Amino acid sequence: MGALTRSQRRDLARILAAAALLALAKLLPPLSRLLEVLLYLVPYALVGWDVVWRALRNLIRGQVFDENFLMALATVGAFFTTEYAEAVFVMLFYQVGELFQSYAVGRSRQSIADLMDICPQWANLEEPDGTVTQTDPEEVPVGARIVVKPGERVPLDGTVEEGTSTLDTAALTGESLPRAVGVGDSVLSGCVNQSGLLRLRVTKPYEESTVARILELVENASEKKSRSEQFITRFARYYTPCVVLAALALFLLPTLALALLPQTALPSFLAGTVWSQWLHRALVFLVISCPCALVISVPLSFFGGVGGASRCGILVKGSNYLEALAAAETVVFDKTGTLTQGTFGVSAVHPAEGMEPGHLLEYAALAERWSDHPISQSLRAACPQEPDAGRVTDAREQAGYGVEALVDGKPVLAGSRRLLEGRGISVPTCDLPGTLVHVSVDGSYAGHIVLSDRPKPDAKGAIARLKTLGVRKVVMLTGDTGETAAAVAGELDVDKYHAQLLPGDKVDRVEKLLAQTSPKGKLVFVGDGINDAPVLTRADVGVAMGALGSDAAIEAADVVLMDDKPSKLAVAVAIARKTVRIVRQNIVFALGVKGVVLVLGAFGAASMWAAVFADVGVAVIAILNAMRALRVEQC
Amino acid sequence: MKKRFAMENLDCANCAAKMEAAIQKLPGVNSATVSFMTQKLTIDAEEGRLEEILDQAAAICRKVEPHCVIKR
Repeated sequence: MGALTRSQRRDLARILAAAALLALAKLLPPLSRLLEVLLYLVPYALVGWDVVWRALRNLIRGQVFDENFLMALATVGAFFTTEYAEAVFVMLFYQVGELFQSYAVGRSRQSIADLMDICPQWANLEEPDGTVTQTDPEEVPVGARIVVKPGERVPLDGTVEEGTSTLDTAALTGESLPRAVGVGDSVLSGCVNQSGLLRLRVTKPYEESTVARILELVENASEKKSRSEQFITRFARYYTPCVVLAALALFLLPTLALALLPQTALPSFLAGTVWSQWLHRALVFLVISCPCALVISVPLSFFGGVGGASRCGILVKGSNYLEALAAAETVVFDKTGTLTQGTFGVSAVHPAEGMEPGHLLEYAALAERWSDHPISQSLRAACPQEPDAGRVTDAREQAGYGVEALVDGKPVLAGSRRLLEGRGISVPTCDLPGTLVHVSVDGSYAGHIVLSDRPKPDAKGAIARLKTLGVRKVVMLTGDTGETAAAVAGELDVDKYHAQLLPGDKVDRVEKLLAQTSPKGKLVFVGDGINDAPVLTRADVGVAMGALGSDAAIEAADVVLMDDKPSKLAVAVAIARKTVRIVRQNIVFALGVKGVVLVLGAFGAASMWAAVFADVGVAVIAILNAMRALRVEQC
Repeated sequence: MKKRFAMENLDCANCAAKMEAAIQKLPGVNSATVSFMTQKLTIDAEEGRLEEILDQAAAICRKVEPHCVIKR
C-alpha cells in the first residue's frame, strides 16, 4: 500500500469509527425505537454527513441526478422504512468505494508520473568564464554550454563538444543497451549520462526538446477519447435518469394501486404487499443508479495502457489510437528503414574461377578505400580487418560508375557492369537481388559482390507475432525493384508486396488497401516518418518508427515508436488488445451485474446488500481490473 | 485557439463528463475536453471570448462540483 493523502487518511478513520459504532449498535439488546434510531444515526452522521450535505447543496443548484443525492435519498429512505442498519451500511460501503476509487486513481496517476520521471530538475549551465551554475532548464538559451555529470539526466537536446560517455536511453526507448557518444554526436534530453563528463552545446529550447515533447504527448493522450469512453459517458447520461425514473415508478404505481383499488381487484403480484416494500425496492434501484464505476474504469484502463506503452518507448497520442491499434487488421510497412536496416550489407561474394572470396572482397575494399559512398563503406566494413591503405595508389572515382585504382601496382576496377564493359571486360549476370559491385584485376574479370539492404533482425519475429495477435494481412511497400522486394518479402513472410512505387503511389496503394479492410478492421501504416507524412495521415493509425529526435515524424504520426525496432509495433498491438479487452470486460461485467440486480430488485429478490455490491463492489473490481492495463509484460 | 488548464478537486469521473458536455455547449467553444485522469481542461475557443468562456466554464464546474476550480 502506498501512502494515503491526508484527506484519504481522515476518510479511512471515519469509516473505521463508523463501522465500529455500527457493530456496537448491532450487538446491543433490543431497545426502544427512538433510542435505536439515535444509536444508528451517530455512525450514519459520522460517515455520511458530507454526502448528505453535498446532496442538499447540489439539489439547490439543480443537480438532481447527482450521486450524492441518490445515495442520500436511498439511505434516508432506508431509515424511514426502519432499516437502520442497512442505511448505515450502505453509506459506509459507499464511502469505502469512494475512498478506494480515489486511492486507485491517485496511484495510477502517480505511477504514470513516475514512468514519466524523465524530466530533469536542473541544467548545469557553464558560463564563458568557466563558472557552473544550476539553472532551470527552461531558462537555458539555445547555444549555451551545459555540463552533464555522470549519473545525471541530460536536461536539453544538444551536441557533444567535449567528452565521451555512454548514455542510458531506457526512459525514452525502453531499450536497455547503453549508447556510446563522443564529440560531435547529438544527445537527446531524458537520457541518463552513465560514465563520463560531457559538455554539450544546447541546440533546442526546453519546450522543443525531446523530453518536453514526450511529456506533452503522453499527458495529452487522454484528451483524444476512445469510442468506448464516448459510449460510456453517453450511456451514463441516460442511465441514471432512467433508473431513477424507474425507481419512482416502482414506488408510486404499486402504492397508488394499493391505495385506490379494492383488495379483490389487485393483480396477483400486488396482492399481500404493502407500500413500504415497494419503497424498499425503489431504494435498491437508487443505490444501483450511480454510474461512476463504469465512467471511471474505462478512461482509467486507457490511461494505464497509454502509460504502460510509453514505458516501452511507444508513444500513443490518444486513447482512440490505442483502440484502433487493437482492431488492426491490415498492417502496411514501408520497406526501407522500417523492415530493413536502410544500410547496405554484403549478402554474397561470387568470385570468378581462380579467385579467393576473401581476396575479391579485399581488392574491392582497397579500390574503394578513399571513397565515402555508402557502398564503399559497407565493403570496407565487411572485410575482417581494415585493409592497408598504403597498397592503393592512383584511385580515381567515376561518379555513378565506380572506382579505378592501382592495388599492389595492378590496375583494379570496381563498380557497375557499365564500368567494366566500357573497358571491354565481359561481365556475367547474377540472379541475386541487390546492388552488384563487379571487380576486375589486371584487365580480367575477378567476380562480383552482392550488397543488399538487410532485414532488421527482429523483423521476421515481429511479423509473425502480429499475425498471432490477429492481424490478417501484412503488406510491404517499397520503391525498390521487384526482385529485391520479392526477396525481402519472402524472407520475412509478408503476405503481399508492391514494388517500384513512387512516394505518391504509396498513398494510392494505402487508399486501395483501406477500401479492402472490413468495416471494423483498421489499417496501420508503419514508416520512418520522414517522407511519408501523407500516408501516415491517410491510414487509420500512422506509426512512425525510429522517431527519436525526429520532430517531423512525431508531428505526423498517431503512434511513435522511439527506437527503430519493428517488434515494438507488435508490443504496441499487444498492449492495445489487452487494454481493450480489459475495457470490454469491465463494461460487460458492470452492466451485467447492475442489470441482474435491477431485475431482481424489481421483483423484491435483491436486498440492499446486493445493491451495494452492484454499485461499490463492481466499482472496486472494475478499477482493480483497469489497473492491470498499466502493467506491461516486457517490452 | 487551443488552451489547457489544470483543474483542482475534480473528484468524480462522471462529474468530469458532465462538465465536459456542458462546456462544449457554450457559445464560442469549438471543442472542450475535461480529462479526469490528468485533471485538465482543454478548450478550443474563439480567441477574443476566452476569458468570458472561462468564467462560464468555472461556473459550470462549481455547479457540478462545488470545490472544483480551474487554475488560470
